[in-house]
Amino acid sequence: MPVFKDGLPCNRDAHEDLIRKLRELLPPEAVLTDKEDLRPFECDGLSVYRRLPLVVVLPETIAQVQAIMRFCHALQVPVVARGAGTGLSGGALPLSDGVLLSLAKFKRILHIDPENAMATLQPGVRNLAISDAAAAYGLYYAPDPSSQIACTIGGNVAENSGGVHCLKYGLTVHNILMLKVVTMEGELLTIGAETLDSPGYDLLALMAGSEGMLAVIVEVTVKLLAKPERAQVLLAAFDDVYKAGEAVGAIIAAGIIPAGLEMMDKVAIHASEDYAHAGYPRDAEAILLCELDGTNAEVSEHIMKVREILHQGGATEVRTAANEAERQLFWKGRKSAFPAVGRISPDYYCMDGTIPRRQLPHVLRQISLWSEEYGLPVANVFHAGDGNLHPLILFDANKEGELVRTEEFGQRILQLCVEVGGSITGEHGVGMEKINQMCIQFKAPELIQFHAVKAAFDPAGLLNPGKAVPTLQRCAEFGAMHVHHGQLPHAELERF
Amino acid sequence: MLERDISETLQQQVHNAVVNGAPLKIEGGNSKTFLGRETHGEILDVSGHRGIVEHDPRELVLTARSGTPLKEIEAALAEAGQMLAFEPPHFGDNATLGGTIACGLSGPRRPFCGSARDFVLGCKLLNGKGEILRFGGQVIKNVAGYDVSRLMVGAYGTLGVLLEISLKVLPRPAASHTLIQECTQAEAISKMSRLLSQPMPVDAACYHAGHCYVRLSGSEQAVKHAHEHLGGEVIEKSEPFWHALREHHLPFFGSANPLYRVMVKPAVPPLEIAGEWLLDWGGAQRWLVSDEPVAVIRERVATVGGHVTQFRGSENNGEIFQPLAAPVLVIHQRLKASFDPHGIFNRGRIYANL
Repeated sequence: MPVFKDGLPCNRDAHEDLIRKLRELLPPEAVLTDKEDLRPFECDGLSVYRRLPLVVVLPETIAQVQAIMRFCHALQVPVVARGAGTGLSGGALPLSDGVLLSLAKFKRILHIDPENAMATLQPGVRNLAISDAAAAYGLYYAPDPSSQIACTIGGNVAENSGGVHCLKYGLTVHNILMLKVVTMEGELLTIGAETLDSPGYDLLALMAGSEGMLAVIVEVTVKLLAKPERAQVLLAAFDDVYKAGEAVGAIIAAGIIPAGLEMMDKVAIHASEDYAHAGYPRDAEAILLCELDGTNAEVSEHIMKVREILHQGGATEVRTAANEAERQLFWKGRKSAFPAVGRISPDYYCMDGTIPRRQLPHVLRQISLWSEEYGLPVANVFHAGDGNLHPLILFDANKEGELVRTEEFGQRILQLCVEVGGSITGEHGVGMEKINQMCIQFKAPELIQFHAVKAAFDPAGLLNPGKAVPTLQRCAEFGAMHVHHGQLPHAELERF
Repeated sequence: MLERDISETLQQQVHNAVVNGAPLKIEGGNSKTFLGRETHGEILDVSGHRGIVEHDPRELVLTARSGTPLKEIEAALAEAGQMLAFEPPHFGDNATLGGTIACGLSGPRRPFCGSARDFVLGCKLLNGKGEILRFGGQVIKNVAGYDVSRLMVGAYGTLGVLLEISLKVLPRPAASHTLIQECTQAEAISKMSRLLSQPMPVDAACYHAGHCYVRLSGSEQAVKHAHEHLGGEVIEKSEPFWHALREHHLPFFGSANPLYRVMVKPAVPPLEIAGEWLLDWGGAQRWLVSDEPVAVIRERVATVGGHVTQFRGSENNGEIFQPLAAPVLVIHQRLKASFDPHGIFNRGRIYANL
C-alpha cells in the first residue's frame, strides 16, 4: 500500500482527493497525472535514480505556490521542487507518494538594474539567459556551471552551483543578494536584501546549497559584474601529471589568480580530442588550461608571467590562443570532456570530490592504483584552481557486477578526499547520490545539527524529505559512521 | 607567538552554564563590545584560544583559532605576500579573528572583493549543548551539508562559540593608487555607480568631505592604465586615509551625535535626512551622524529599500539592528533554539528575544 509518509497510511481515495483539490487550485493543464506526462519528471541529470511522482504541478504565480504548499502541509503530503532537472546528484528525484513542484513556468527576467549592477529573476530563468540579457549593459552573471545553457537560477541557488571560474569569482552564494522563498507552511519570506547585507542571521548563505530542503525559491536577485576587457587562455602540456599539479601551485604562489585553471589527464585529453578536435597535444600526460582576464594591460602582464612559470615548471609546450576563435576551441575541448568520455565507454560515473591542491599527486597516484585493482579505467578532469576533482570511472553497466565495483571504487575516492582534508562534493551536491558519504564527512552531532536547521524552516519535514542529510539510522546501516572502539558516538541519542 | 588550545576549558564552561542555567557573554579582545545590544552573563573568555593552525600560501587558505589577534594573522599573511581581502576593521588593538567573523565586519574593499562571510570556508564551533562541531572545510568548493560556517558570520555569537575558522586569503595587489576628485555627494554617487559596470581594477570608493576617493589596485600596468582612463589627482601615501576610514578614526566619526550605518543600493541618490554623511562601499554603505530620532531615519531609508543599524552612541538596549519581518524572526528563533537550546550565548545581543 502506498504511503504519504512513514507511518501515515494512505489509499487511492486520498490520492484522488489530493489531485482533485490541486485541480481546484490550478488550471487543468497545470496538474499532470498521466504516466506519460509524469515520465519527463522521473529523474534529474543523475538518471540512475528514477521514480514517478504521484502528481506534477506547474504553478505560475507565487500565490499559487503558496496555496499548494499550505494545502500539502495541511494534508502532510511531501513536496519536491524542481528547476530544469539538470542536477547531478538526484536532488530532484520525485517521491512516488508526493507532489513534484515544477518551477518551469517562472521564466521571466523581472528587472535588470545596470546602475546598481543587479538583476531580479524568476527562478526558472536559465543561467546563460541572465548574461545574455545583461550584455547590453556591459555586465554578466559570473557563475557558469557546465550546464549553463539549460540549468536555471533557482536550481543554481539550491545547489550553490560553481563552474570553471569559481577561484576568482566565487560560487552562487557569492553572487546573489536576495531571495523570495515559500516555506512548507506556505509563508512567503524575503531573505537577504537588495543591499550588500541584511539584518539578522545570514539565511541567504544557508539557502544557497540547501538542495530544496529548506524552502522553495520563487525569486532571485543576483549581482552582475562588469565584463572583463579581455580574456586570454594558455594551454600547457606536461609529460608528467605531477609536474602539471606543481605548476598550478606555482602560478598561485606568484600572486596571480587565474579566472579559470583546468587540468586534464591523458585519458581525458584523448577522449576530448577525438570528440572536439581542439588541437590538444596527444602525447601529453596532462594539460593545463589557464584563463586570465581583466584589463588589457593586466592580462598582457600576467600572460608573460604565467608563460614563464609554466616553462620553468617543465611544460613541454605552451600555447597562447591566437584569437577568440582559438580561445573558444581550447575551452570546447575541456567543456566537452564528459560527453567525450561518454563516447569511449558504455557508462561512466562522475565523482565530484574536493581536495587541498597540494594533495593532488597523492590522490591521483592512489586513484591510478585503485584503477588497476578494480580493472576500471579513469579519466581525470580537474578544476585545478579550486581543488575540485572530477574522476570519471569508465564501466559497463551491462557487465555483471561492474556497477557495484564502480560504486565501491567511487566511494573509496570520496573517502580519500575527506581523509586528506577535502569534501565529498565540490559542486554537484549530495542529493540521493552521496547521502551515504555524508556519514563519512560528518559526525553524528553534526548531522543532528543539520536536521535541526532543516526543522527550523520545515518543522513537519515534508520538503524534499530523505535527501542531502542522512538519518543516523541510515549511517549506522551504511556502517561508515565514526565508530570508535566498536561504540557508536552518542549511543544515548535517538536514531531517526 | 603564543599558541594555545583551550577548547576543553571552554567546553567545560559551557557545560557548567547549561547545568546552572547561567548565561554566558562571549568575549575575545573586547574591542567590539560597543556593537549591538547589551548582553549579560558570566564572561566566556576566548582570547586565550589562539594560534594559526595552518597557513599554506599556495592553497590560499588560512586556519586559525578564534582568539588569535587579527594583527597577528595579518602580519603572517603579509609575510607571504597575502591579505584578508575583506579588509576587516579592527576597532581596537586587541581585535581577534573570532570577534571579526562573529560581527561580520568588512572594510572598504567589500563591494569589489567580497565580505567577511564570502571568505569563510569552514569553522569549528562549540554549540549550546557543549558539542564541538565542524562545518565546511579548508577547500574553496564544498557543498556537503548546510552552510553553517557562513551562518555564524554576523550572528554575534548568539548561535555558538567559534573555536577555529578557515578563511580564503588572496595575494596582495602589486600596486595601488588612490585618485581624488572634488565633487558633490550626488556626483560622487553617480561616478561610483558607473564604476560598477566598468571593467576597472577598483577596490575601494568613497565620498568624504566634498571629495570622491577611488582606490585602484592590481598589476602596475593595470593601475597605470586605469588611472589614465579615469583621471583625477593621485594621493601619495594614501594608506593612512583608508586605514582611518576603516577604523573610524576620521574626525567625522568623532561627533557627539549618534552614528548610523545606512545600507542602500549604491545608486540611490542622496537621502534627505538631516545630519552629516560619509559614503563608503561605492555608495552602498553610508555613515550618518545625526540627532534625528532613529524611527524617522528608518522610515526614510525604508522608502528606498534600505536598512539602518544604530552603530555608535545610541542606547544599547533598544532596536539597534533593523527589526525583522515576523515570519523571518520565527525562523531566527527556531535556529537559535536549534544551536543554543538553553539560550546561554550572548542573550539579546542582536534582538531582544534571541
